[in-house]
Amino acid sequence: MSYIRPKFRHPGLPKNELGYTIDHYEGSLSTLCAGCGHDSISAGIVQACYELNIEPHKVAKLSGIGCSSKTPAYFLVNSHGFNSVHGRMPSVATGANLANRDLMYFGVSGDGDSASIGMGQFVHVIRRNLKMVYIVMNNGCYGLTKGQDSATADEGSKNKAGSVNHFGAIDLSSLAIELGATFVAQSFSGDKTQLVPLIKAAMKHNGFAFINVISPCVTFNNNVGSTKSYDYVREHVEATSTVDFVPEMKTITTSYEEGTVKGVKMHDGSVIQLHKLAPEWDPQDRLSAINAVQHAKAKGEILTGLLYINEESKNLHDLMGSTNIPLNTLPESVLCPGSEKLKDVNAGLR
Amino acid sequence: MAGRTGNSKVNDFVVRFANVNGTGSASANFLFTKSIFRMGIPVTPKNIFPSNIQGLPTWYEVRVSEKGYLGRREGIDLVVAVNPQSMKGDVASVMPGGYFLYDSSKMLHAEYIRSDINYIGIPLMEMCNKEFTDPRQRQLFKNIVYVGALAALLDIELGVFEQLFKEQFAGKEKLVAPNMKALNMGVDYVKANFKCPLDIRLERRDLLKDAILVDGNSACGLGAVYAGATVVAWYPITPSTSVAEAFDNYASEFRIDKETGKKNYAIVQAEDELAAMGMVIGAGWNGARSFTATSGPGVSLMNEFLGLAYFAEIPAVLIDVQRTGPSTGMPTRTQQSDIMEAAYASHGDTKHVLLFPSTPKECFDMTADAFDLAEELQTPIMLMTDLDLGMNDHVSPPFEWDDKRVYKRGKVLNAEELDKIERFGRYLDKDGDGIPYRTLPGTHPTKGAFVTRGTSRDEYAVYTEDGDAYARNMDRLIKKWHTAKDMVPAPQIYQKKNESSSGIIFFGTSTYAAEEAMDILKEKKVSVDALRLKSFPFNKTVEAFINSHDRIFVVEQNRDAQLRSLMMIELGTDANKLIPVLNYNGMPITADNIIKQVLGVLSPAPQLKKVS
Ligand SMILES: Cc1ncc(C[n+]2csc(CCOP(=O)(O)OP(=O)(O)O)c2C)c(N)n1
Ligand code: SF4
Ligand SMILES: [Mg+2]
Repeated sequence: MSYIRPKFRHPGLPKNELGYTIDHYEGSLSTLCAGCGHDSISAGIVQACYELNIEPHKVAKLSGIGCSSKTPAYFLVNSHGFNSVHGRMPSVATGANLANRDLMYFGVSGDGDSASIGMGQFVHVIRRNLKMVYIVMNNGCYGLTKGQDSATADEGSKNKAGSVNHFGAIDLSSLAIELGATFVAQSFSGDKTQLVPLIKAAMKHNGFAFINVISPCVTFNNNVGSTKSYDYVREHVEATSTVDFVPEMKTITTSYEEGTVKGVKMHDGSVIQLHKLAPEWDPQDRLSAINAVQHAKAKGEILTGLLYINEESKNLHDLMGSTNIPLNTLPESVLCPGSEKLKDVNAGLR
Repeated sequence: MAGRTGNSKVNDFVVRFANVNGTGSASANFLFTKSIFRMGIPVTPKNIFPSNIQGLPTWYEVRVSEKGYLGRREGIDLVVAVNPQSMKGDVASVMPGGYFLYDSSKMLHAEYIRSDINYIGIPLMEMCNKEFTDPRQRQLFKNIVYVGALAALLDIELGVFEQLFKEQFAGKEKLVAPNMKALNMGVDYVKANFKCPLDIRLERRDLLKDAILVDGNSACGLGAVYAGATVVAWYPITPSTSVAEAFDNYASEFRIDKETGKKNYAIVQAEDELAAMGMVIGAGWNGARSFTATSGPGVSLMNEFLGLAYFAEIPAVLIDVQRTGPSTGMPTRTQQSDIMEAAYASHGDTKHVLLFPSTPKECFDMTADAFDLAEELQTPIMLMTDLDLGMNDHVSPPFEWDDKRVYKRGKVLNAEELDKIERFGRYLDKDGDGIPYRTLPGTHPTKGAFVTRGTSRDEYAVYTEDGDAYARNMDRLIKKWHTAKDMVPAPQIYQKKNESSSGIIFFGTSTYAAEEAMDILKEKKVSVDALRLKSFPFNKTVEAFINSHDRIFVVEQNRDAQLRSLMMIELGTDANKLIPVLNYNGMPITADNIIKQVLGVLSPAPQLKKVS
């Protein structure tokens, strides 16, 4: 268990505009390993929803299967959750969203869940620009099945068992931009000051908002030689977080400090570079976003922050021309054409 | 030409068209069927088509039956052979004394000459080349010319065609005249050269009353619109594609908001069947009526999700238009071979509710029922139709809708109801019927939320690995299964009380042939009681029928006698008592076939003369 939540809160806990204290947004106790990056991301979601004055029951949280996909139980206890099947959360979220466009949808997935078994659904949910926040808790391994390499493990990275990965890594953020995702951000579970505003921005996005969060698995991929290990990183990442979220999309783009590169020394002495967006970089320009990500990659750096946004995007409902009223509330009188119309149908078939 | 020997056959024959696919023959052939329908005579067409878009042989078989037998019949009385590729087989397919209509623009090869059949040569190509200049028109009108020839040969009223053309070309009236002209070219040619009509011919009747002519897939799509489906997710696959298309067509007619022009439905062509099923489950979880349509390969892919919907108790409707498996099998041929796969879809202990329609009207009704059942039982409901029912036109009773009918939305708690509850338990069996109460996302600020999951949980939807809690849940699911037995459509029983120690059970499209077989067996003084199955789980009536006979013939269109296995598994029926009557060559089962298999058991020496 990662932490024991105190039973009693200080009565003076601050309330948000809805009159809720932050514990109103928490979930049941996490059963993940102590120190697992995923728990920090859950905490980030709690914080973002609290700060944005979200009605928890107007949120639906969905996931696939994995340690990461267990987290919907650990945040927003007053929201309905759906821990579905491995790699298929995007389709379940699509159906749910089609049924009721008025809820806010949080999708939580892992790198195994999204980059391997669920790659097909990940790709297609992006194509459809489903309005949802989609967070991949990316640890470069399959936590729940005890640490096998995932498709996001870097080439040359060594896992706990000591074997070296020989395959190229799938970079979900680049892929998402390439596929036309309308909101792509990258962050680090240890960098809450950056992550929270990014989640808030994602929640306000009218379309598919993807956040790829590097979220170390302390149990299986925190060893010397792993490019996703980061005991050391935690100490340094805070200094790099300077993202602010003001609930107007346009101001997000200006809230970065000048391109800071943060070199993070790992356990084994290897370095992860956390790179802030450069000033000349225009997150509203897809080509420049792709360019910047690729450049950083070539240098062995990981860019974090908002990578790309198209704030004028149209979501799936807009594209399909579906009614503004949630489909699940349409009354029978609207749905059923009635017997008179059926007579015409019959007549046409004689 | 030589007259046909034997009795003249009024309103009782089979015509087979041998065409090349992609040449526009489909609409001409349908015109032929529709004209017979309009003359009030029972008619049943079967498309026998390749899994290919252009250039391969395709057949269209039309059976006319005064007695109203709408199953397929072996033995072809007249072949319209306009496909040189399949000529050899087409000549061979004609019954002795039958007719072979061909394009005599080219001489018929000597190897195609049989002394026991009659040849009707019409220079179709020559006539069209002379009359029409546009190559596409030549091709299309060639089809109309042979329909004209048939009109004269079989005595179809020309006025019926004129009316059909007028309807077909409403808004493009100038097309009526050239079509009538092509039709008359055929009429005139055969009248001048052959004795018309033939001994196989038509006579107007009033046997169809208010019947309609429609395919099962259209009926399913329409039924889903009437039942209030709002979210549809599908992936193209023959023979189910036209279900989604029909839904889309009818919904775009009936479900557009008048003020905003927006759609009161959503239809998504998914990336595969896994996603299609996932979307259906997501929508069902969120309180929308949702369905997908697919065929065997799609159901295979949907297995994992079906298990989730069963275990997490989420309403979903799946229309399985079965085709010939396994694997890609014969994608354009019919079969009833997904029964086992559907009944127990997914790993672990699962059982699913299946419905078996046998007419387009039942496709409509049972699709609507499926949505009620899915929400009442909170589980996937599978409508098991097949290619024959789904893609072929059938004479069917008209669709009906009772305006007083109210959608049965099942046990869903609203905010006020939640307020009255101390602690909501998603998987508590409050009513003792195994069906728990559910809540929809967004209902109440502080009550009723839970995490839906495919992992085991307790009555309050809290994750648990406690074996007792798991077993309690599995037992409740079985209780729900028993509850379902009294909710699914009851079987049709054909006799007031048992008249024989033998019974016969059939379902779906086998019904047409089975009912015909029953009549013929009766004429032969062979008595067999009949039951038409409409659903799984088997209810008490089915069980009683089986138990009250010494032997039960089980008619089905698959190799492994899958329904029979279900009876053995679910009812514990003795295998020796259940005699399989099977057909699995991809063609719809025939009455002759059933009779042969039944008589093989009931009388030592088969008494039937071979028909073909
Ligand atoms: C169809 C299927 N195959 C395999 C599994 C086993 N499985 C459970 S979680 C998992 C990998 C999870 O990895 P990831 O998505 O990265 O999540 P993490 O545990 O690392 O957070 C696998 C392979 C499964 N549940 N379902
Ligand atoms: S195994 Fe890894 S991913 Fe799973 S809970 Fe433990 S630390 Fe987190
Ligand atoms: Mg992982």
